[in-house]
Amino acid sequence: MSTETMFFVLGVAVVTSPAALVAVLGIPPLLGRRLTEQTMNRYTYASTVIGLLASIAILAIMLIADTRFVPIELGNWVVIPQQHFHFHLKFVFDRLSVPFVILSFLLCGVVGAFTSRYLHREPGYGRFYVSYSFFTLGMIITSLAGTIEVLFLGWELVGLSSALLVAFFHERPTPVRNGIRVWSVYRLADAAFLVAAVAMHHLTGAGDFSSLMGSGHWPAGQAVLTSHQALLVGLLLLTAAAGKSALVPFSGWLPRAMEGPTPSSAIFYGALSVHLGAFLLLRISPILELSFALSATVVAIGLITAAYASITARVQTDIKCALAFASLTQVGIIVAEIGLGFRYIALIHIIGHASLRTLQLLRAPTLLHDYHTLENAIGGHLETETSFLGRLVPAPLRDWFYRFALERGYLDSLLDECVVHPFRRIFQWCDARERSWTDWLSGGQSRASDEVKSHSEIVEELRL
Amino acid sequence: MLELHLPWLELCIVTPLVGALLVWRKRDPEVAWKRALTFTGITLLFAFCAWEDFGTLHTFDAHDHWDAVSQWLGDDAIVIDELSAPLLPLAALLFFLITLATPRTKIRRFPFVSTLVSLSMLMAMLTCRQPWGVIGLLAAQTLPPFLELRARSRSTRAFTLHMLLFLGLLSAGWAMIDAEGPKSEHSYLAIGMLMAAVLIRSGVAPLHCWMTDLFENATFGTALLFVTPMAGAYAAVRLVLPIAPDWALHGIALFSLFTAVYAAGMSLIQREARRFFCYLFLSNSSLVLVGLEVATPVSLTGGLCVWLSVGMSLAGLGLTMRAVEARTGRISLADYQGLYEHMPSLAAFFLLTGLASIGFPGTVGFVGVELLVDGAIGISPYVGMLVVFAAALNGIAILHAYFRLFTGTQHTTLISLEARWPEKVVVLLLTALILGGGLHPQPGVTSRYHAATEIISRREESSNPSRNDHALISESTEHLTSPSHFLGK
Repeated sequence: MSTETMFFVLGVAVVTSPAALVAVLGIPPLLGRRLTEQTMNRYTYASTVIGLLASIAILAIMLIADTRFVPIELGNWVVIPQQHFHFHLKFVFDRLSVPFVILSFLLCGVVGAFTSRYLHREPGYGRFYVSYSFFTLGMIITSLAGTIEVLFLGWELVGLSSALLVAFFHERPTPVRNGIRVWSVYRLADAAFLVAAVAMHHLTGAGDFSSLMGSGHWPAGQAVLTSHQALLVGLLLLTAAAGKSALVPFSGWLPRAMEGPTPSSAIFYGALSVHLGAFLLLRISPILELSFALSATVVAIGLITAAYASITARVQTDIKCALAFASLTQVGIIVAEIGLGFRYIALIHIIGHASLRTLQLLRAPTLLHDYHTLENAIGGHLETETSFLGRLVPAPLRDWFYRFALERGYLDSLLDECVVHPFRRIFQWCDARERSWTDWLSGGQSRASDEVKSHSEIVEELRL
Repeated sequence: MLELHLPWLELCIVTPLVGALLVWRKRDPEVAWKRALTFTGITLLFAFCAWEDFGTLHTFDAHDHWDAVSQWLGDDAIVIDELSAPLLPLAALLFFLITLATPRTKIRRFPFVSTLVSLSMLMAMLTCRQPWGVIGLLAAQTLPPFLELRARSRSTRAFTLHMLLFLGLLSAGWAMIDAEGPKSEHSYLAIGMLMAAVLIRSGVAPLHCWMTDLFENATFGTALLFVTPMAGAYAAVRLVLPIAPDWALHGIALFSLFTAVYAAGMSLIQREARRFFCYLFLSNSSLVLVGLEVATPVSLTGGLCVWLSVGMSLAGLGLTMRAVEARTGRISLADYQGLYEHMPSLAAFFLLTGLASIGFPGTVGFVGVELLVDGAIGISPYVGMLVVFAAALNGIAILHAYFRLFTGTQHTTLISLEARWPEKVVVLLLTALILGGGLHPQPGVTSRYHAATEIISRREESSNPSRNDHALISESTEHLTSPSHFLGK
């Protein structure tokens, strides 16, 4: 078997193993069949192990064959030759995607194994694993995407599974509200991504990263855009990255996302999903080089996010939120590193940080137990000290910072006051005008829906 | 013009009429339902055969076999072409699925006869290319919902006024076009009237209130059957697109774009499920119109693809909501209903169809939306951004409605609320189509691209008959797709 064939077979195995998991976990519920916990675990382990081994094998062969770039061409998914429109299915294994895909399989596997015990006999066990399978597939597709459209495909899958898992405990309203908040931010950021993808298509004639980056492979590529075009596409992609990685001004959703079960918080907001924005910026890093203004914006957003998250993390009263903001601090620094051109440092930072944070988040439910163990061991309470920086800040300013941190930088309130409430008021006004108009046309009350009760009587009778 | 191997088109029109005759005055609702189901199923089979048969001919249009009607009504009275070929089975499928999924509690009240008659008229309209024939059939289609509103003792004024205005403008506009004869530029008044008529029938804001009124007062099934085949878009392609100058098409596209964003915003604040569905549908159907009226090969292909995907996915979404309504009554979105545990497959299907309608990756709408955005950005980056913005708002609205319906405090029931077998069939069939079309989109896109190029070619031909149409297509295509044209480069 030639090296190319081996690469192809292994590459396809890497992509199809999570896709097969989606199929085997997703189709039976649609047919009305419920899988047992044991069956779901078996499928999950098998898929993760196959994917992980295949990706490690690719890495080994790449090292032996001294190859830095392995494209897996699956042909055109859609093509209109006359219009030069094509949707190219291409995956690439290079210095960026291989570490990321191995990290994804590794952490997804760990979290999958952890969840099998953590959510044992939970009513939503199956639901969790279906969303988890979509997430894994999304992560693998995003990591390996060779074209911007394929990346978008994976990106959307990650977003959907994220929102559904935030709302996992769906009998309570708060997780559901937070789920819709996360989804709303994702959708708007994804809109920027889609526009960027289409703009890139127009500007370069293809969505292929290879044609965009010119001759070299990551990280040595040189983008073929002008500085102005790079700024336009880069800003759109930065918006998408900021939405996905909860960078300022989109940071408000991150603590809300902690309403989900701990394993999903660990994999999404500690480990993988929260780094996806940084991954996108790394993938398009040759574009950043073309525009100083763009690079400066990336650095600025990264530093502002790091400072914001660092301040906010200090006043959090629950461990998951504290860890979420701690994560965000590191993500901000990673983004700043990317803006400054330190690509390998950023990549290593992502891998190290994701692994550490997964461990911390998975240990979070047993934090009190861990503290007790520690305190028993040292024979007293753990000391809490004001930090050096904290001592330097004057008291009035410290109070201001405290309020700022407690309100999480007022980002959510700003979003509500400047976007959500005006939006709602405008459309409610329009709705009222429509009501008057149809009432006038109908010569009386036109809306039968006004009589619909917020809870059906049938349902009310049956309520527990 | 080539002929089909059998008279599939006439069979598609006649079969539901025969069914209507057999269902008429049938007192046993169970028998009526079974007959209606049989005849809509046979019509679906004939429509599918017509599509398949047409595919073997490799031509843009074809007559029916033993075409008896053409002798009386003219050449274009019953024709199948690239545009209508997939619309025929889609329309028949919608009627079949809605009949199939009609719950037993509703079959006593559901108007099967008028449903079958509506199907026959819709089939006739989709196979008709004669302008007056299309206008007549569009007029006839407004009767069943009108009669149902009257039978339910609901106010018909909003619906009637809008439909009268629509038909009046359409007839007057086309009469003027006829009077002006074939020429490259028709009068502003005639074009304006046709434009306004298409906008009303498509429910473009602010002339959309008939649609919300219909969803409020008619049965959900009837409202779905009247709006989901998108007769307004069909009228736009058949009557306006071939003769309208660029300003008129851009005008329709702009109004539609505004409606797409407006309706998406409105769907987010609705407190009742039918109204939410109505605005969601309006937003998506307006996006179809944007694609059609931008009238570049890519946008037109996108518009035609989205037409099919939206028709399929929103019909599925509507059917899911109808199934939930059949169990709980009209559904409020003001609070969380907590229905997930009772109907997990319906919940999953709701999400799937909703996401398919916004072009979520892996579903049938994905490539269509991408083409639509691509075409829209080709015209102006701002148009493209608004299309994407509307799709983003629709996405938020869908998950919002999903959460409102299926999450919240659970309750126990003594009876099962899970999907019945007909509903499961509907769910599986549409799921297969939505995912199948999403995973293997090339045949659909190729077929829609052929239809788009032919529509553009005919448009060029009618506006400038002296020039060679193929040269025109390639010229316009080259101009519109050259990278320098986009983004002001």
